[in-house]
Amino acid sequence: MNKTWNNRAWFMVLPVLLIVALNAVIPLMTVVNYSVQETFGNNLFFFEGTKWFEEVLASERFHAALGRQIIFTMTILAIQIPLGVIIALAMPKSGVWASVCLVLMALPLLIPWNVVGAMWNIFALPDIGLLGYGLNWLGFSYNFTQEAGDAWFTIILMDVWHWTSLVVLLAYAGLQSIDNAYYQAARIDGASTWSVFRHIQLPKMKNVLIIAVLLRFMDSFMIYTEPFVLTGGGPGNSTTLLSIDLVKAALGEFNLGIAAAMSIIYFLMTLLVCWVFYTYTMKGDEA
Amino acid sequence: MSTLELRSVTKVAGGETHIDAVSMTLEAGSLNVLLGPTLAGKTTLMRLMAGLEKPTAGNVIADGRDVTGEPVQKRNVAMVYQQFINYPAMSVYENIASPLRVAGADAATIEREVKKAAELLRLTPYLDRRPLNLSGGQQQRTALARAMVKKAGLVLLDEPLANLDYKLREELRAELPRIFAESGAIFVYATTEPTEALLLGGNTATLDRGRVTQFGRTVDVFRAPVDIVTAQTFSDPPMNTVAAVKQGDRLALNTGVSMPLRAPGLADGPLIVGFRPHHLAPSQTAPDAVPMAARVIVTEITGSESFVHLAAGEERWTMLTHGVHDLDPGTELTVWLEPRHLLLFDPSGRSVASAAHAARAA
Amino acid sequence: MARIDLEHIRHAYGAAPKSADDYALKEVHHVWRDGGAYALLGPSGCGKTTLLNIISGLITPSEGRILFDGQDVTQLAPEDRNIAQVFQFPVVYDTMTVADNLAFPLRNRGMNEADVQKRVRETIEMLDLGAHANRKAQRLTADLKQKISLGRGLVRQDVNAILFDEPLTVIDPHMKWQLRSQLKLVHKQFGHTMVYVTHDQTEALTFADTVVVMYGGEIVQIGTPQELFERPSHTFVGYFIGSPGMNVLPVQADGAGVRLGSHHIPLPKPVGASAGEKIELGVRPEHVRVGREGMAARVSKVEDVGRQKIVRFSLEGQEVVAVLKEDETVPAEPHLSFSPEGIGIYADSWRIGGGSR
Repeated sequence: MNKTWNNRAWFMVLPVLLIVALNAVIPLMTVVNYSVQETFGNNLFFFEGTKWFEEVLASERFHAALGRQIIFTMTILAIQIPLGVIIALAMPKSGVWASVCLVLMALPLLIPWNVVGAMWNIFALPDIGLLGYGLNWLGFSYNFTQEAGDAWFTIILMDVWHWTSLVVLLAYAGLQSIDNAYYQAARIDGASTWSVFRHIQLPKMKNVLIIAVLLRFMDSFMIYTEPFVLTGGGPGNSTTLLSIDLVKAALGEFNLGIAAAMSIIYFLMTLLVCWVFYTYTMKGDEA
Repeated sequence: MSTLELRSVTKVAGGETHIDAVSMTLEAGSLNVLLGPTLAGKTTLMRLMAGLEKPTAGNVIADGRDVTGEPVQKRNVAMVYQQFINYPAMSVYENIASPLRVAGADAATIEREVKKAAELLRLTPYLDRRPLNLSGGQQQRTALARAMVKKAGLVLLDEPLANLDYKLREELRAELPRIFAESGAIFVYATTEPTEALLLGGNTATLDRGRVTQFGRTVDVFRAPVDIVTAQTFSDPPMNTVAAVKQGDRLALNTGVSMPLRAPGLADGPLIVGFRPHHLAPSQTAPDAVPMAARVIVTEITGSESFVHLAAGEERWTMLTHGVHDLDPGTELTVWLEPRHLLLFDPSGRSVASAAHAARAA
Repeated sequence: MARIDLEHIRHAYGAAPKSADDYALKEVHHVWRDGGAYALLGPSGCGKTTLLNIISGLITPSEGRILFDGQDVTQLAPEDRNIAQVFQFPVVYDTMTVADNLAFPLRNRGMNEADVQKRVRETIEMLDLGAHANRKAQRLTADLKQKISLGRGLVRQDVNAILFDEPLTVIDPHMKWQLRSQLKLVHKQFGHTMVYVTHDQTEALTFADTVVVMYGGEIVQIGTPQELFERPSHTFVGYFIGSPGMNVLPVQADGAGVRLGSHHIPLPKPVGASAGEKIELGVRPEHVRVGREGMAARVSKVEDVGRQKIVRFSLEGQEVVAVLKEDETVPAEPHLSFSPEGIGIYADSWRIGGGSR
């Protein structure tokens, strides 16, 4: 109840400020710097203004990567959000089984991303992987290294496996915060399961679901490691999502200016979408 | 702290006036009740007194020194809330000792002060227990004890008994004045319940939409409210009112009843008349009591008393009377009222003295 | 509307209760009549909410049966019992308007829309919610939300019973008066069987025609407010009902009466207590007469509470509380006497006799 007032508190925050500066602000500024200059090696730079941005926005390669990215992100959101909510609703509310479920749910989130990619790569191999071999054995012709459709199927399945848990955990936390009296009142009011979901659970979960959508949107928009390890963007360019394209430009072709401009364009797009989505959903709240 | 003075303290937030030019002086060793409905501004006023909020205008003076901008940490203030706020992982002993430890008191002092506070609040048998294993009443006693050992000059209690069972509330309420008297600090106690204010005694400030409508000795505010809002705030069950016209020595109530009124200083004209439910009676109480016709809406019986909700003309009144009167809705009834119990207000709601006072002055 | 039979009901929250103390609710065996207004009154932990939840079906009792109008509903879920319940804290459907909130229980049961609108309109009028009918429930104040919860409880007319679980906790005192008398009026008009749980004696006594006082998982007395006030059958009832509560003074049997310190208090017949039982005299502050006759006492405190004075006396080392009217004063050398009809004699806390025949 009694707090001591002094300025020492600021020193406590200082390390965080330093870390944020080192890992966010400085790299960002470097990228901005690259995006407006041309280099031919030897650390010689020439100012180019918006040339790289114009080039990127006009390039068909970028349009194709962006298109793939949007399809990928929308697909995984459309699967993960409802699936996460359904699993959360089905989980026990308390007791030992609730804890067991929570631990099981948390497992995929704890595995390093490159390991996830490697795991699925092996898992899906048509000759030795359980998934790949199994599908072929069942009579489906499946080879993700050769067929674009199979490659898409595999990375989406992998992402759903990897990240649905996050949505489950958030939705579960939202559900846990609902007072039991609401369920009791609804039962006595004769509400159907659907009514309970529509009028109690969904409104009470709304805020965490918004967070879930934002997190999944941002993460999936920047996804790199898993598809890179799994398919390397192939076959052809069929699974070359934005980040993979970006790395190809930066490291494969050493086109730093283009890569930097692409980075900034992604960054602004992510920011814009999040901002629009957040304001829109929160505004609906006021009505 | 020996005095705390508020000078035209105003708080505006988001275009809304939460506290409107409140001026009051609180003396050391006094108990001051802030009485008003939810959202009347009780909590905001306390936060301003504590320094948890900065007034938009006006000054807060402690012991003659202007402390308006000073944050709460620099003032010597303790606060107790409606929720039982204790450190759940500490024993009751450690909870009570915590302000002393923060202040760097030595072990002997801590031991002595904690024992004393525990004794005063009847917590001695529970010192080794964790707060969450105690009853609500004991948890709130722990919070009170912690506020007491802090030896704060100003102790603010924000509806501290609201979350307790009725009977526990009654017990703790009876003990509080004794506990307060021992400490010598300035106590400020917020409540929504008129009965609680009366049981605590001390001084009462009635609040209405951010304004202090009256501040004085509790019984005085109850008996001689300065305006109709104060009278309504400080009345449980709600005060009965009726419009009336004074003409010479007579008062004609809107309900058609006329009664004698000796108030020589008072000009003729329209008035609003108020009277408390326990002053209405189902039988003649005094030779000058005036009979009035009323119809029963519904009756509530407490065992020793009855609350009879009445319709008299357009007015809705309540009669609080001893004994059990189980009257069916719709029953026509004669009720009696002594003119000396009338409170008179001008049409704007300002008191023009109670009939008793007016008669005495004559 | 229905009669409620509670047949030998007991409930323990833990599995396999062994002793009587393991039961949160000890044996309850009563019939509650159709159209009665019942209050379950007691301190927290007395079992009143457990009993309410057994009636509503949120809890299935460990033992015993519950019947509505003779039909066994013990195993039925709340939604199949055709009851309404109002909880301590407001439960509103945030996304719906006030009117839709009230219509919800009706629409769920497939009532036709014209009748729904009619009932909703009546309920809105009854609770004076007209100004908010078409607003979203989410942004309303706590007491308006609680009015909506009450409204959802009252909107259905065909219910077996309406249950209230401390419904006025979050309501301001002035609004409490309004809502309480409104509930009472609704009961008088429609005659629903109502069960109201509270720890607040004023709420219980004013609302109910029959009050069920509970203490430590047991029903200690069932009666009208008047019976509970005038003839408490247990000292707990005397203490819990009435404000201030009943004076309870240790006494000894003494011929045809009792002895309180050096004073003899005559009774119409000798105290019939067995040896070893603790004998107490109970007398309400309202029945303590203050005057110049009787037992000499010392004033220890006078509390002026506006419409009356609460005077605490010291009598033979015991505290005795008396209530005086607003304009009465305490005489200089006060003496106390007890009205015979107000005296109760208790053996081990249970009433065994009184001061009048």
